[in-house]
Amino acid sequence: MSLFRTTIICQEWVELVTDYLEGTLPRRTMRAIDRHLRGCPHCTEYLAQMRRTIEITGSIPTDQDVPDELIERLLRAFGEQLPGEL
Amino acid sequence: MSPARENALVDRLCAGDGAAFTEVVRAYNGSLVRLASSFVPSRAVAEEVVQETWMAVIKGLPRFERRSTLKTWITGILVNIAKTRGAKERRTVPLATLAGDGPSVDPDRFSGPPGHGAWSDPPAHWSDLPAEAVVSAETFALVEETVELLPENQRWVVMLRDVEGWSSPDVCDLLGISEANQRVLLHRARSVLRGVLEQRLGGRA
Repeated sequence: MSLFRTTIICQEWVELVTDYLEGTLPRRTMRAIDRHLRGCPHCTEYLAQMRRTIEITGSIPTDQDVPDELIERLLRAFGEQLPGEL
Repeated sequence: MSPARENALVDRLCAGDGAAFTEVVRAYNGSLVRLASSFVPSRAVAEEVVQETWMAVIKGLPRFERRSTLKTWITGILVNIAKTRGAKERRTVPLATLAGDGPSVDPDRFSGPPGHGAWSDPPAHWSDLPAEAVVSAETFALVEETVELLPENQRWVVMLRDVEGWSSPDVCDLLGISEANQRVLLHRARSVLRGVLEQRLGGRA
């Protein structure tokens, strides 16, 4: 599918949404998309869902616990690199 | 971590400050283990890869030129070790691996010319659900499990871009892929995740 579009329909939009969010679409296509979104609540919802998906994916917490014995072992190795060598 | 704080830490690291090193390990270990897990078969192996990474960081610090952030540099080391290890130890492929190369949304949900239809079965509404309904342990688990099932290239791109927050150029450098290729992989991964979240949160059958 050419990325230079003057009109966009829903099934095309769902394939363009990542390029849209990355900002890599030609300006004419961006305008065609914005026109479509203004008139299509479903595609607007799709974009909102995609943004929310990215937000959720980016919020997954990590396990913050680091075993003490790992810290000790690594500190020993770190200390063996004499300050002079660093 | 702010660039200023990180720079100060690097200064202290290069001066042999053990407390600074401990701070760095505690700050980054969790996300390194998580990232390593997307390359290797098990968490146990992921933890080994991360330990190897820390040892390589210690040895490599004298040569760290601060052209990238400390975290990017450390993660780059990790990905290289993890990829090598992952290539040697075959990851258990789950039975239901997602093929991940079809259309982003089931074509049956559109009507009109094939590939150019309008919604006939539109997205179930969930984007405006309150945070408590959406941001939960269950939702995180669902996203993590789904990422596990993605083909590896899509999994790595979405882990680095969306889970870890790396920039597009950094991901391309690290994985040795073009920006265009990276966008395709990211698009496929995100489409799957959105679909899975819509099923769970939008009450679709």
